[in-house]
Amino acid sequence: MSMNNQGRPTTPTSGAGEAMETNVKTFTGNKALMIEEALSFEVGDLSGSGVDLPELSGQYDRLGGVNRNETIGLPGLSEPEAMRHFVRLSQKNYAIDMGPFPLGSCTMKHNPRLNEKVARLPGFADLHPLAPESAAQGALELIDTLAFWLKELTGMPAVAMSPKAGAHGELCGMMAIKAALEARGEADRRVRVLAPESAHGTNPATAVQCGFKVEAIPGDGTGRVDLEALKEKLGDDVAGIMVTNPNTCGLFERDIRAIADAVHDAGGYFYCDGANFNAIAGKVKPGDLGVDAMHINLHKTFSTPHGGGGPGAGPTVLSEALAPFAPLPYVSCEDGKYSLVETLHHAEAEDGGDTLGRLTAFHGQMGMFVRALSYMMSHGRDGLKQASEDAVLNANYVLARLKSEMTPSFEGPCMHEALFDDRFLKDTGVETIDFAKAMIDEGYHPMTMYFPLVVHGAMLIEPTESESKRELDLFCDALLSLAKRAKAGETESFKAAPVYAPRRRLDETAAARHPVLRWTPPQTAQAAE
Amino acid sequence: MRYLPHNNAERQAMLNAIGAADIDALFADVPADALNAGFDLPDHQGEMEVERALGRLAAKNRAASQGPFFIGAGAYKHHIPATVDHVIQRSEFLTAYTPYQPEIAQGTLQYLFEFQTQVAALTGMEVANASMYDGSTGCGEAALMARRITKRNKVLLSGGLHPHYGAVTRTNLELVNAKVVQSPMNVDASEDLAAQIDDDTACVIVQTPDVFGNVRDLTPIAEAAHAKGALLVAVVTEVVSLGALKSPGEMGADIVVGEGQSLGNGLNFGGPYVGLFATRQKYIRQMPGRLCGETTDADGKRGFVLTLSTREQHIRRDKATSNICTNSGLCTLAFTIHMTLLGEAGLRKLAMLNHESACRTADALAKIDGVELLNKSYFNEFTLRLSKDASEVVEKLAGDGVLAGVPGARLLPHRKDARNLLIVAATECVSDEDIETFTSKLAEALS
Repeated sequence: MSMNNQGRPTTPTSGAGEAMETNVKTFTGNKALMIEEALSFEVGDLSGSGVDLPELSGQYDRLGGVNRNETIGLPGLSEPEAMRHFVRLSQKNYAIDMGPFPLGSCTMKHNPRLNEKVARLPGFADLHPLAPESAAQGALELIDTLAFWLKELTGMPAVAMSPKAGAHGELCGMMAIKAALEARGEADRRVRVLAPESAHGTNPATAVQCGFKVEAIPGDGTGRVDLEALKEKLGDDVAGIMVTNPNTCGLFERDIRAIADAVHDAGGYFYCDGANFNAIAGKVKPGDLGVDAMHINLHKTFSTPHGGGGPGAGPTVLSEALAPFAPLPYVSCEDGKYSLVETLHHAEAEDGGDTLGRLTAFHGQMGMFVRALSYMMSHGRDGLKQASEDAVLNANYVLARLKSEMTPSFEGPCMHEALFDDRFLKDTGVETIDFAKAMIDEGYHPMTMYFPLVVHGAMLIEPTESESKRELDLFCDALLSLAKRAKAGETESFKAAPVYAPRRRLDETAAARHPVLRWTPPQTAQAAE
Repeated sequence: MRYLPHNNAERQAMLNAIGAADIDALFADVPADALNAGFDLPDHQGEMEVERALGRLAAKNRAASQGPFFIGAGAYKHHIPATVDHVIQRSEFLTAYTPYQPEIAQGTLQYLFEFQTQVAALTGMEVANASMYDGSTGCGEAALMARRITKRNKVLLSGGLHPHYGAVTRTNLELVNAKVVQSPMNVDASEDLAAQIDDDTACVIVQTPDVFGNVRDLTPIAEAAHAKGALLVAVVTEVVSLGALKSPGEMGADIVVGEGQSLGNGLNFGGPYVGLFATRQKYIRQMPGRLCGETTDADGKRGFVLTLSTREQHIRRDKATSNICTNSGLCTLAFTIHMTLLGEAGLRKLAMLNHESACRTADALAKIDGVELLNKSYFNEFTLRLSKDASEVVEKLAGDGVLAGVPGARLLPHRKDARNLLIVAATECVSDEDIETFTSKLAEALS
């Protein structure tokens, strides 16, 4: 017996449905499963709360007279209201668990739930960073074990575990370079850092944050660094280079060793941006290519969840030349007993010795370490290699399938991501952004757009190893169909896209011109007008 | 391998479609002798094996919930409602990227807008960003921001600032040749910072409650800083305190940075945490990090977008206000859910429960021979001077199952006069029984 035996059986009515589809205005503004949701502050009131706490004794006030008397102005929600609020919000998000998320350079791969489970074991999740070492031996052992995997996979002798994200790892690596130059007495002279035009924005921003000046290295026309142009820019005022490899065009720098040699010969260091390590993990050791420092995005290569923008983790491997300058703290092990070196005690180290210093209050992103190690152990040596190969295979498959209608920017195979430009949209009136927004209506998250900056209207597609052939075929068919529609002159539908998303295109210009960065209660907002 | 969808037949079919002889043909640009390197690592393992191995490591640690627990100093054990962890594990939140495509990321964007509102209200500031890595990196960024705003070079650090925050700030500032002046360790909040502010001072950085637990009235130091054209950066490492204490904004702070871990986020051995960063509206274009703003869509409906990105590295490159890219997205969600459940009423009560726990703990411990309570005021943390070396006492008590606090030498290893100091935190999680156990074990250790 069915539960709705009181109701009438439903059968689709013919005819009217199609035409009405987008024109029906509901009273609530909702569209069936797509439910509008107010801000939490508009739902709750100041007396509301979804937490039951024990009663206060009211006997104590040792706050030194600095008590908070004014209202904070934050309403609370009961538990069912809060649950509904956040679940409704969640349903307005696209996510890798829903479908392909082909953001080039961002590496949106499957996030195994085993990793979530083990990261929540109380021994990790409920462990205080300043607990006595005797109470944290397992945590220190885990950090040491993860460090071993990272050193082995990169072929590098040392790793700094505390950087909190990729850009923080870049900072760590460039700081180590600066510290090494200071030890050589050349920091005042070596002030220039070279980075390709195609570099991530974090590279120049990091170099400047370290007090360096940045200069662009031109490309060679094949999407790679122009070795001769690089050599011309080298000199005794160069601190080092920052090169992403595989690079942001999705290509391996085939002159990588010559690049490293040239920089080393000029007395500089080679910082490798490891954002794309996922293309070669388990296949190639960056240490074999002359790298001095490289950060590893655990949230890309080793699949700790991106979580809507973070948290990340950016352990940074260092060469013999840079290892002495590693940040504090670090884990050491003697006779099976682990300890955390938080300060250098020896006499000459009153100012911290050679270390570049401390990058964060505690020891790094432990929660991410557990997840990453779980991911690595699950894959193992064989699985990591296979994952990199499948990532490269998938990107090349997409490249091969799309090149009939879209325009690849460079000749030949790619690594883990395929770069297209907007030549195929020439004279259609459709721009890269319109093409990307039309993908949303087809049920896909767009690829990375307008990056790297070295090709016009860039579209950078990174499928990762997580996509099946069936999923890739459907994705490619959808993109081919969009490309054909653009060329057939359906410009208006592209300009209007997306029409099926929870929101149409948003006015970003107005948002920047008149920034509204917080909610204000209606009476305050009125008073301010 | 359970995470990889292809079988070998599909791989071959794809290679054929590509026109590649084998997979290594796609890696042809890699120097041949570097390709297919050898790795001294084990092969893949099933879920059960991995769970077992990591479970063994977890079991070697002592979780905060395993017994009497009094450690704080920048990370605090609080009860987190079950709703929080359920919601942050929803696929749509957990496995989303940075909301660069706002039409399909309104869920993330709206909670960031709510988070910014909550942080601004708690700190008493006009605006807040969408989070930093943690409180300590936020502190370093605040000093750099003050330097940009004032175009001055000197940064003054209070002797009550968490030493690790001071170290992080120093590391960041020395890179750009800024002058960092550290006021000496100050256990009883008696330092005269105003006298150290001069015409070259960009900002003074003061923590409240300070690392020793003292509640500080920032009003006089804000006035002194402003009189010299310097900014006041206030640091709050225990965000729950803002439910009981006057906000830094009300006391005149120009930038407030904080550690938001206490709301929604577990201890996690130090990370991931969530850095709070708030300031005055007039300084927004000098702020680091992501900002979410309100706008409308093509149909006129309210929506949210990332905004003012011309401050950020992906647009501005070498002229960005910071190199930060990734923030603490999911940790901000945890914070927002917890704060939404608490509401103002819940937060105020939670804050006072913490205060009462600390008062009861302090009263019990202060009765022990060889224990001196050093604070006149405190919120949920205070400092004791013991008659013995605090590191040894902490180790001994750990052996008795009591995690007693942070010994001064752990944070200030170069200060001999810190060796007998013990920083003790007591939150709402502390029971009367915990206090009794701690008291009797500490008395034993000191006798």
